[in-house]
Amino acid sequence: MPTAAAQIFHDGPSDRAYRAKWWTGRISVYGLLILWAFICLFPIYWTLTTSFKMAPDVMKGNMVPWVDFSPAWLGWRSLGLSPDTWGDESTVRAEFLKRFTNSAIVSLASSVLAVMLGSLAAYGLSRFSYKFAWMRNSDISFFFLSQLILPPVVLALPMLVLYKELALLDTRIGLILLYTLSVLPIVIWIMRDQFSSIPTELEEAALVDGLSIWGAFLTIILPIALPGMVAAFILSLVLTWNEYFFAALLTSTHANTLPVMVASQTGSQGISWWSMAALAWAAILPLIVIGVVLERYIIKGMAAGAVK
Amino acid sequence: MSSSGDLLHVVTNDSISARRKTFGRAIIWGSAALLIGIAASQLAQVLGWQAFGFENWRPTLYAYILWAICLCWGQVLQYGEHGKRTLFVLPAALFVISLTVFPLLFGLMIAFSDWNLSSPDGRQFNGWDNVRQMWVDPFYWNAMLNMVWYVLAIIVEYAIAFGLALALNAEIRARKFFRVAFLLPLMLSPVAVSWMIGKSMLEARFGPIARLSRLLGWDEPSFFGSPWIAKATIMVMDAWTFIPFMMIMILAGLQAIPKELNEAAKVDGANGWRAFWEVTFPMMLPVSITAILIRIIFKLKLADIVINVTAGAPGGATDTVTSFIFREYRDRSNVGYGTLLAMVYLVIIIVVMTGLMKLADRFARPRT
Repeated sequence: MPTAAAQIFHDGPSDRAYRAKWWTGRISVYGLLILWAFICLFPIYWTLTTSFKMAPDVMKGNMVPWVDFSPAWLGWRSLGLSPDTWGDESTVRAEFLKRFTNSAIVSLASSVLAVMLGSLAAYGLSRFSYKFAWMRNSDISFFFLSQLILPPVVLALPMLVLYKELALLDTRIGLILLYTLSVLPIVIWIMRDQFSSIPTELEEAALVDGLSIWGAFLTIILPIALPGMVAAFILSLVLTWNEYFFAALLTSTHANTLPVMVASQTGSQGISWWSMAALAWAAILPLIVIGVVLERYIIKGMAAGAVK
Repeated sequence: MSSSGDLLHVVTNDSISARRKTFGRAIIWGSAALLIGIAASQLAQVLGWQAFGFENWRPTLYAYILWAICLCWGQVLQYGEHGKRTLFVLPAALFVISLTVFPLLFGLMIAFSDWNLSSPDGRQFNGWDNVRQMWVDPFYWNAMLNMVWYVLAIIVEYAIAFGLALALNAEIRARKFFRVAFLLPLMLSPVAVSWMIGKSMLEARFGPIARLSRLLGWDEPSFFGSPWIAKATIMVMDAWTFIPFMMIMILAGLQAIPKELNEAAKVDGANGWRAFWEVTFPMMLPVSITAILIRIIFKLKLADIVINVTAGAPGGATDTVTSFIFREYRDRSNVGYGTLLAMVYLVIIIVVMTGLMKLADRFARPRT
């Protein structure tokens, strides 16, 4: 070939092999990433579109709105959340909003409580040495963290009986207490990591300036540890919002949370897919928003303790 | 973290008057006496000795809370500065103790009894009957065996999570998008996932996955028909929600590895594959072990998906211990037997996890 002969600089065979390898590397990495992103996102997409489908669309397996089916408000209407039913009375919507409020109150309250108790304990454990009976700091830390191993089922039935006696069955307070307990070890885990990364010189300076130990903690340390607290809070929020097991056992009519409602609808309505899809989507929506907006904190929280 | 000696030295000149100390002691013991008094009178009513007109055990609960507050306050009154330090840990410790240790002791009591909540007879102590029943209960041991399989599935989850973490750690565009997308499954509630995937996408006639598998040549896809396929389906769904969790921990570990190490390996002539096995993987061992241990702990609690998708079908093949006990209670509302099963499960978990942690400790220690 004349053009090739005119070329002075060639890519040697080794260079070309390197190129090819680079390209296959790129393609396989992006291929893997895109494939997994598809696997992660498709169920969410599928649920969202199904909530706008009508029966024949579901049967035919149509996937793309406006292309192979025309979206209808069927699912959302049955929940009372579509635009045309917004003003009307709707028992389903009232029910849904009640469950939603319960979930919100329970998860927010228990996360706040867990972050408060957990931060205090983690701070104390990272700064002072304690001795309660035979337990020293490492034993106390282990005691808190070992609660993570405790499976909920062990507490569930005794709690059921105790709550019955204490008239706490089917109350939000009962759920809040148990949820706080279940996320407390995680909060302590994250906050211990956070506090031990803050140098003690800060408090020493504050103490010299005449602050009390609690004053130093509240005014100097807490603001610095705030990102860790937010991470712990968000993680607790996610876990408690999604909790099903205790809620299913310990609540019946008043304090039911959203997951219990979703679970109970699955059985009773058969395959009225569009309304189930709308319900499931409405239940996961808050968390999707949190996940997208606060992703940084969630990752920070989960990565805590992974790297020492 | 050092466990001996304060990291923060506080020297305060506390002069606590004898009156203050006495007052501190008085409120602690006073509230304790009140608690014991109320509890005793409630017990007397339950045993039928004397009627006080209590409707439930709430008064005892209130007295307990009062005692807890007095205990915390009394620490400060009695010990001054030292009491204020105790105040950091004491509330959390009291909270955890009263919500785990007490119910666990109570659980031990009901584990050895026959107690049907819907029957008027109340609790009947039945000695070792529950243990004997458990010993010959094939479904319980079957559920236990299933847990072993479910835990073993973590190895596959770990491999996938590691691969994804490596891909995310590579030099890529749109990293933020991929991270958020990969994180999302973890945010979804297992109950919603059970419906979204288990009931809708895996629906045998018109679920998209069923369609896909028909396209790929599986004529009559049924994901919950045979025991092994059903088990695998549950594993896949659980993996789908929890892979992001392991992935993020591994990613954090990967980002903590100094770049120089890989560069040095490259200079020494190691290709990608060898560099991975001889540099990256050994460096990641401690993080990997932490991630796997935490994942095992979460896996042992697996229940929501099983309860909502299969309820143990077919024939208990997908049951986890938790879902089995849940159904046992739902069907017969017998708290005694269920509690015993849960207690045995707890003991097994503690033994296994302690062993695993010991093993991991030896394994993760850097070899020099």
